[in-house]
Order: sequence, then structure tokens, then C-alpha cells
Amino acid sequence: MAITVQGVSKRFGDFQALDKVSIEVEDGSLTSILGPSGSGKSTLLRVVSGLEHPDQGRVLIFGEDMTHLPPQKRGVGFVFQHYAAFKHMTVWENVAFGLKVRRRPKREIQTKVAELLELVQLGGLAERYPGQLSGGQRQRMGLARALAVEPKVLLLDEPFGALDARVRQELRTWLRRLHDEVHVTTVLVTHDQEEAMEISDCVVVMNHGRIEQSGEPRRLYDHPDSEFVMSFLGYANRIGDSLVRPHDIRIHLQPGADALAATVRRVVFLGFEVRAELEIPEGQTVRVQLTRSQAAELSLAPGQTIYVDLAHSRRFPEEREAAA
Amino acid sequence: MAALSPAAAVPRRGGVARTDDAAAVVVRGLSAGYLSLIVLLPLAALLWTSTRGGIGAVWQTITIPTVLGALELTVGVSAIVVIINAVFGTLIAWVLVRDSFRGKSAVNALIDLPFALPTIVAGLTLLALYGPSSPVHVNVAYTRMGIALALLFVTLPFVTRAVQPVLIALDRDMEEAAAVLGAGSLAIFRRIVLPNLGPALLAGAGLSFARALGEFGAVTLIAGNNPLRGTQVMSLVIFGDIQGYQFSSAAALSFILLALSLAVLLVFGRLSRALSGHHDR
Repeated sequence: MAITVQGVSKRFGDFQALDKVSIEVEDGSLTSILGPSGSGKSTLLRVVSGLEHPDQGRVLIFGEDMTHLPPQKRGVGFVFQHYAAFKHMTVWENVAFGLKVRRRPKREIQTKVAELLELVQLGGLAERYPGQLSGGQRQRMGLARALAVEPKVLLLDEPFGALDARVRQELRTWLRRLHDEVHVTTVLVTHDQEEAMEISDCVVVMNHGRIEQSGEPRRLYDHPDSEFVMSFLGYANRIGDSLVRPHDIRIHLQPGADALAATVRRVVFLGFEVRAELEIPEGQTVRVQLTRSQAAELSLAPGQTIYVDLAHSRRFPEEREAAA
Repeated sequence: MAALSPAAAVPRRGGVARTDDAAAVVVRGLSAGYLSLIVLLPLAALLWTSTRGGIGAVWQTITIPTVLGALELTVGVSAIVVIINAVFGTLIAWVLVRDSFRGKSAVNALIDLPFALPTIVAGLTLLALYGPSSPVHVNVAYTRMGIALALLFVTLPFVTRAVQPVLIALDRDMEEAAAVLGAGSLAIFRRIVLPNLGPALLAGAGLSFARALGEFGAVTLIAGNNPLRGTQVMSLVIFGDIQGYQFSSAAALSFILLALSLAVLLVFGRLSRALSGHHDR
């Protein structure tokens, strides 16, 4: 295991940021820690990096107990949401910083920095200052700076959170490709479920300072352990006490056993996908996702009465809150 | 074509700018007039008085040994005071921003006291503790040390107050990033914090230098105004000249002091801008 966190707790005053959290991160993987704000995901990352000290529990990196070591001695790379660029240094100096602090030979620093700047596609901007770069460029610089010291693990704290949607999408894809090239164990903190699903080998879902569930993105999506996971990963309609994904709802034109009558309120064509909003008798709105051909077959129109089959809906035992 | 659409808004913005211009002219005129009345015209008058006898006369005044000695002393002590200020001013700012302790806001208010106090009171205050009847048996009256002490007292706020807001605004992420990259606390201070404080530090140092060069009130009690003791600074020489009705000499010396202060402010301002210029965005 690249990273092992055992029973880590952390309080800030009255706020329990982490509550006996344990996770394991496999060597060479890209793991996302996913959760809403205040779920403790960033605190967990900072505890692993040594920037925060846990009140309880242990942090091991490649089997070595790092719990009481300062960040300087952990051999980790850290990328910050707001870049944390050294404003008074050029891009080149930023990337060289870790190597200079470690007093590596000049020649080695030259080659290494040049190599990294190529890797993050900033080769031509070495003499610029961070203030002259775009957000995306600054974050790539931050990544190069973190990779320069050849960290054992790379920790990214909402690295794309401050970027606009298009750049975020680009960098996400690029990061995954980079990870496949460099192969350093990477942990990424995010509140964006799409981001987590798209790039990670493993997703750890957090809520209220605890781990809700972890595993491959697909397994989490298809077999959520809790209501929280199901509704946080992708959209889920709540009907009574069961949850159902918009694409798991079957629509029939004739009444049938276990089918609920509903009225079509709105139909939106989004190319391949068609979204429909239905109203069920209790006045609740239900979102349905259909393919273009399914929609054509049904020829849905607003005002039409149809019958929905909720056989694929799920129920979860009472929230675990009570058990804790 | 969509990319060009913002251009359509330009003429309208031009209209707004024209009314802005009118207001700008009034504001500019007012501030220029005020500055002239309060600062520029008096300075010009001084310049005119001091050079009435020609540049030769000014030069003659400077080369009088006592004046030359006073000039050396003034610049020398001021330079030392500035260096001490830079170190301790930054230190105090650091403690006030980064440390937390009881009575911090009281200490913070204390920093401005040297500004609020009449400088002659500052001199008296120092003599009470470090004067001839010192309760701790340290007597710096009529010594160069005493002058330095007086100057340190009155210039204390400059560096601290210049550095403090920059330190408050300093992005802590930068220091954390440096720590994760392996930098110890000393390296973080030297390579990350100090370079970011540099411009403000220099600006504060420049102000305290200029103030030290011209300080009179705080020094006059402590220095004793005796050329033989070697404790006569420029402002005291000028005061002596005025008391002896040597107004042209006083004006010439004032001119020198003025030129020195201006030079210091310009040089420090330049350095400060050069430091911040490239990354301040």
C-alpha cells in the first residue's frame, strides 16, 4: 500500500473534521476523495501531507510511519487549489525550488526542470512570472513543481476547483494521461463527482468526517451502500423512501402491475439523450433519461399520461447517523 | 463575429469617460493647488533663499569642518538606525501578525505612540530612563548612542506599519508549499516571506531614513548640541545658525538636508518598485 491511514481523527474547536478515518491507497493508483464541502476530505489530504497533525491515528506511506514527521520529511508532492505559486519567482524558479532546497547539483536541476516544463507544456514560458500565466498554466506549473522532487505520492487538493469549466475538463483529461505516463501514486480531493468518476481508479466518498464507501467508480455508482452515496454520485429521484436513477425508470403507455401513473410535464431533446420531467400523483417531479430512439418510440408529449415502472429503485436501511 | 461585439460598447464608454475627464481635471487641479501651497512653493522659496549667494556659497557652507562632521554623523547614525529598524520593525510586525497573545491589540496600539507624541516629549521620555539620573544607571545623554536611541524611538512605526499589512495579506499557501517541498522554517522565511515583504520593507526603511535625517525635537535634548562632543546633527546645526541670525547658512544647510532626504526617498522608492514590479499583479 502506498498510503495507509488508520483511525485518524481531527477536531477544529467544536468541529469534528475527521472521525476515525481509515483508508488504503494502492501503489500507482489514482484515487479520488469525493465529498461535499465540510466533509473532511481536504483535512484528510493535509493530514497525509503533514500540513495538519491528527489528534489520533496513524499515517503510513509505503509502510513507514509518518504520523510524527513534518511535511518536509514525508517525500510527498502537494498541489493547492489556489496554486500557491511563488509570486516572486519565475516559472523556472518555482519548479526548481524543491531541488534547490535539497542542494542538488546545478546541472541536474537544469535538466530536470527543463524536462518537467516540457511535460506540463510550459517549455516556452520558463521566464514568465506566475502573475503572467492563466489559471490552467499556473496549476500545471504547480504540478511540475510538486513532481520535481520525485515524491513518493502526489496529493492534489481540489486542483481544478478555481478554473472555469472548459479548462477544468481539459486539465482533467490531461492529468489522467499524465498519471498514466508518470505512474506516481496520486490522491485527488474533489467535490465534483463527474471529475472523480472520470479520472480515478478508486473513489473514496466522504461525508461528515467519515468514509461512506470506497471502491471503483462504477461499483459505487451501481451498488451504492447508502442513500448519501447514491444521491451524491449522479442524480437520483426520491420517490417515497426509495431512490431511482433517471435512466433506470421504464416508461409504458399502458397501465401494468406495479406501474405508477404519471403526467409528462416537459420533454427536452439533448442530442443523443432525451430528458423528461414527469409528475406523479403526489405532485412530485420525477426526472427520466431516455435515449433518442426510446423517446421516439414513445413519442412523449407534455400533458400525456403514462405509466412508470420503478422496479430498479433502491431502498436503504435507516441512515447510519443513528448507529454512530 | 461574436468576439467583436464588445467593441460596439466602446463609443458609449467613451462618453462616460469624457464626463470622468471633467471630474478628473477638477480633482487633479485641487490636489496640485493644495500641494503647491503647502509643500512646493515653500520649498521653492527655500531653494531661492539658499542659492541666492550662488552655488559656491552653499559649497563653502558644507566644507566648514563642523558642518561636514555634522553631515557625516547625521547620515551615519541614520543609516545605522534604518538597519536596526528594518530588522526589529519586521520582527515586531511578524509577532503582531503571526503570534497570538494577551494584550496584542494594546501592543499594536503602542506602535503608533512615537508618532502621536510630540518629539520633544520623546526626548524627555528617553532621558527619564537613560539620562543623567537614570534609575538603571545607563546614561546616554550627550552621546551618539543617545542620538541613535532618540531616532530609533521616533522612527519605530515606519517599517512595522509598512510591513504589517503585507504580512497579513501574504498567502500562507506559499509557505505550506515550500514546506512540503522540503524547505525548513529559515529557508521559508528567507526565500518566500522576505522577498514578498521586500518592497514594503524598503518603502518603510526609506521613510524612516528620511525622517531620521531631519529629526530635531527628539534629538535636541539628548544630543546637547555641542560640536566639540561630536554629537551635533544637521538639524541642530541649522537651529544654531538660526539662533545666531545666520539665515543664509541655515538655508543652505536646509537645502542640503532636503536634497539628501529627497535622494533617499527616490532611491528607496526605486528599489522598492524594482523589487515588486515584476511579480506584483
